[in-house]
Amino acid sequence: MGILDRMVKWARIRSPWILHFNTGGCNACDIEVLAVLTPRFDVERFGILLKGSPRHADVLVVTGPVTRQVAKRLKRIYYQMPEPKFVMAVGACAVSGGVFRGAYNVHMGLDQVLPVDVYVPGCPPKPEAIIDGVVKLLKKLEEGG
Amino acid sequence: MSEERMFRIPVGPQHPALKEPINFTFIVDGERVVDVKPRIGYNHRGIEKLMESKTYIQGLYLIERICGICSAAHQGCYAQNIEEAAGIEAPPRGVYLRTLIWELERIHSHLLWVGVAYHEIGFDTLFMYVWRDRERVMDILEMISGNRVNYAMNTIGGVRRDVTPEIVDNALKALDYLEERTKYYKKVTEEDDSILARTVNVGILKTEDAKRLCAVGPTARASGLKVDVRRDDPYGAYDELDFDVVVYDTCDLTARVLVRIDEVLESIKMCRQILQNLPSGPVRVKFKRKVPEGESISKVEAPRGEDLHYVKANGTEKPERYKVRAPTLANIPSVCEMLKGGYIADIPIVFAGIDPCIACTDRMLFIDVNTERKWMWTEEELRMYARKWYKKHLKEVVRERWKC
Repeated sequence: MGILDRMVKWARIRSPWILHFNTGGCNACDIEVLAVLTPRFDVERFGILLKGSPRHADVLVVTGPVTRQVAKRLKRIYYQMPEPKFVMAVGACAVSGGVFRGAYNVHMGLDQVLPVDVYVPGCPPKPEAIIDGVVKLLKKLEEGG
Repeated sequence: MSEERMFRIPVGPQHPALKEPINFTFIVDGERVVDVKPRIGYNHRGIEKLMESKTYIQGLYLIERICGICSAAHQGCYAQNIEEAAGIEAPPRGVYLRTLIWELERIHSHLLWVGVAYHEIGFDTLFMYVWRDRERVMDILEMISGNRVNYAMNTIGGVRRDVTPEIVDNALKALDYLEERTKYYKKVTEEDDSILARTVNVGILKTEDAKRLCAVGPTARASGLKVDVRRDDPYGAYDELDFDVVVYDTCDLTARVLVRIDEVLESIKMCRQILQNLPSGPVRVKFKRKVPEGESISKVEAPRGEDLHYVKANGTEKPERYKVRAPTLANIPSVCEMLKGGYIADIPIVFAGIDPCIACTDRMLFIDVNTERKWMWTEEELRMYARKWYKKHLKEVVRERWKC
């Protein structure tokens, strides 16, 4: 690995910017994702920032069971992100459909629509669990992603 | 000017901070919003249909996940509704604990919203302060129910867990802290110039418009309408509690912030009364899995307004039809009215003003009336635009607003 590659990797691990997208979840995971960014848990100290535009983001954090109407938008957002990109499925719905499994309007989990790197189960997962997921993702980034 | 020549701005359905997907098209003339067209449905999961395939007990956990922020309101409303249809009554201690969870949830929901409102106007320091303090009420909820969000406290016939004296002591201590902090936020909201500049006379919804468009909850109370299910049609333990319905009549965003802050103070008062006067006895009665044929309606004042549930039972273990009217849906026509005539830069905070729970918006399509130029914005970009625009135009806008 050349020195430039090493520098890029070093920078990437220390500032993974995230984009948060709710695909029809109940808001519970969303407020927990937000709680992770606020003072008590504060993942910003690891360089993790919430961004508004997919073009600035390295990690797509998806909550919710992926409704049929939103699936197309979700794919478009994913394609707009620059490489290399990573996807985190947060919450039971995004992992497997959760409590909405069997409803006519949802996909059974995020991995039916996009490739997923990290699954964080829980309904909703506690902020500690989300941080654990982030740490696992950082390890994956370190190993080459 | 004809509408075709106006500028259209679609916003949504992806949003970075809080909310779920919804799309708005704003028709603008220069900096002014002329018309608003909402498009909802990105969040449709088919819950009502799915309810028909679940037993009444399974339904408790599905109905809770209509909305994670007002989960206890939905679940409590469902439990009340099925209890009425099945002809059973929750014991007094169960009812008191249910009411306690409702009020704690209102505190957490309103503080969450107040934080988001400060964020929308670019006051991130206060946003972080409020969210830090909000963790205290999350701690109380976790202590009582075992979970921070989606508490699963209610069951048909009462509640699932009891509280111990230690929990009551700890909760009372945390409530003292919260009261002190909430009073501080009230003072800041009333006195800080940078907050007043963005909220006074912004997003006006007149009393008669609020009545005509059937606004509910804090949105209606900030427009001078004294509507509150807790007072108008008491349920739970509300008829035994001493509280005031908070009403402001300035009809603008300041009123919407202050109504919520005052309601937090009222809720803290109610929580204290409940914790100090808990009746003894069991927390639930047994529910026989089947509900006799019939219909029933139940109403609850959720943090965002009136929440209405309807059930049609057919004598089996599963409902034949279940219908929910959540408060945000009732407030969508009101928010369209508030946005009309305002500046583009005010869209994020005015829209946040109804505390939308459909989750929200991220990209907007704007259409200029004159040039027919079209473009898309994410909510974050819109927020940045709003901050820049206000930096430039603050003085003239505030002068014009405070005149009237």
